[in-house]
Amino acid sequence: MSVLVVVECDKGEVKKSSLEVATYGAQVAAQLGTSATAIAVGEATEANLAKLGEQGISKVLYDNEPRLKDFVNNAYTKLIATAAQQEDAKVIVLANSNIGAAVGSRLSVRLQAALATNVVELPKTDGGQFVVKRGAFSGKAFSDVVLSGDRKIIAVKKNSIEAQHEAGKTAEVAAFSAQLGDADFADAPKQVVMQDQAGGILLPEASLVVSGGRGMKGPENWNLIEDLAKALGAATACSKPVSDVDWRPHHEHVGQTGITVSPNLYIACGISGAIQHLAGVNSSKVIVVINKDPEAPFFKAADYGIVGDVFEVLPKLTAAVKELS
Amino acid sequence: MKFLVCISNVPDTTTKIAFTPDNKEFNKAGVQFVINPWDEYALTRAIELKEANAGSTVTVLNVGEADTEPNIRKALAIGADDAIRVNAAPTDAFFVSQQIAAIAKEGSYDVILMGKESIDYNGFQVHGMVGELLGIPTVAPAMKLDMSGNAATLEREIEGGKEIVQVNTPFVASCQQPMCEPRIPNMRGIMTARTKPLKVVPAIGDAPRTQVAEFALPPKKQGVKLIDAANAGELIKLLRNEAKVI
Repeated sequence: MSVLVVVECDKGEVKKSSLEVATYGAQVAAQLGTSATAIAVGEATEANLAKLGEQGISKVLYDNEPRLKDFVNNAYTKLIATAAQQEDAKVIVLANSNIGAAVGSRLSVRLQAALATNVVELPKTDGGQFVVKRGAFSGKAFSDVVLSGDRKIIAVKKNSIEAQHEAGKTAEVAAFSAQLGDADFADAPKQVVMQDQAGGILLPEASLVVSGGRGMKGPENWNLIEDLAKALGAATACSKPVSDVDWRPHHEHVGQTGITVSPNLYIACGISGAIQHLAGVNSSKVIVVINKDPEAPFFKAADYGIVGDVFEVLPKLTAAVKELS
Repeated sequence: MKFLVCISNVPDTTTKIAFTPDNKEFNKAGVQFVINPWDEYALTRAIELKEANAGSTVTVLNVGEADTEPNIRKALAIGADDAIRVNAAPTDAFFVSQQIAAIAKEGSYDVILMGKESIDYNGFQVHGMVGELLGIPTVAPAMKLDMSGNAATLEREIEGGKEIVQVNTPFVASCQQPMCEPRIPNMRGIMTARTKPLKVVPAIGDAPRTQVAEFALPPKKQGVKLIDAANAGELIKLLRNEAKVI
């Protein structure tokens, strides 16, 4: 019996959310008195996989089949299912990402496992039950869910667990093959198109986010958002009305029907704070609201606020950040 | 082409969330229910593709008790041809997926569409479970769907970009914006929806594998600390020294 952790890699690096997942998996393994093995997907380097020891992983399985570099639903599912069977995994932990959701849902049927997504805390395993806390109602509530049966799959919400780094510990990297054939790659993507990310920081993975709303008055003013984001090392985001009128691309839209983010810091500039927007951001640890309207509902959900003109406030914040460093 | 569109019945997006006194269930009192906003993308895109491909049909499927019928009728008013309601509370994603897979198989549907996730449970699971139960490909979440005969080209969102994926029918896709502009019913649609067939069938399959033990609301915020706009730089110091987030 073991805990199997699915680690997503990109351009050789382990994704930040997967470092969190590795930490989570290692802690579940400790709770259950067993060890945590990882299975890596995507483009990885052996050196970076070995460093997963810092998160408490003892062994990393890696199949260097080149077609696994891009996400292929069937191939990834078979790869992880094969690893789960080889390792006799009772708990499989993955990120609550687009890859994690696509693979986790198929795996749960194939392995007859109970699946919980959007999980925000370590499980409670006392009294013979296995209970996880997960986000529900678009961030407006939580639910404790009992997972029954022999096998469990947990998809951990990004930024819910802090990745541990125990310097110097390394994991054994072992070659692994699921004997994948052409049929497993039938649904491989024909083309992969990556967006230009401001400062190279992916919004769903970001710990700091600077976001703009209609109060920014037009796309030509976004340099103010981007300057602050760049100074902080933050990702940029926007509200739904902004992406609806194409001031900003859809993939920056945060809210009920957009991306849900849970960064350490969310700075909302010129966003009034409609309930649908709050649903996408209210699990952020610290929320800052800058709005000239003191009655903006967003102030009720904020930790810090500035009542003022974003066009005057933002340059001051950017300057203050630059002074810090 | 036979389209099956799965819709779920969720609290309106502006609902203030509250639970029953024992925190075991969502408190439905006074709550307006709507078609899950993500599912509206699936429904509208299916209707658009039906209109572009003569002889196609769109069936709406809901797993829910009788109180979901007003929203099923709304989906018919928007332009679906007929509807099926599996008469059971949608207890968990696996339970619901079994119902959808059974109906998709029995009706030999070519394209099974649904929203990315429901805004109440936020599972983002059903698409993959249905695909796996039927042994067919799933594309999730899909931002674009075009059909040419039985071949579909989809754009799938990945973190930081998109994949262009081609699959043949039958397949499952979970939909999100910017796939289409969701439609609202017009008067003629509302009139004809009343007489469109709505079949009610019993649930099948195995018991749910997950069960909600308790709901909780997030802890209340302490209240906002306001910083004078003239002295905005002070905020950055607070974020570093007090909140310790930068």
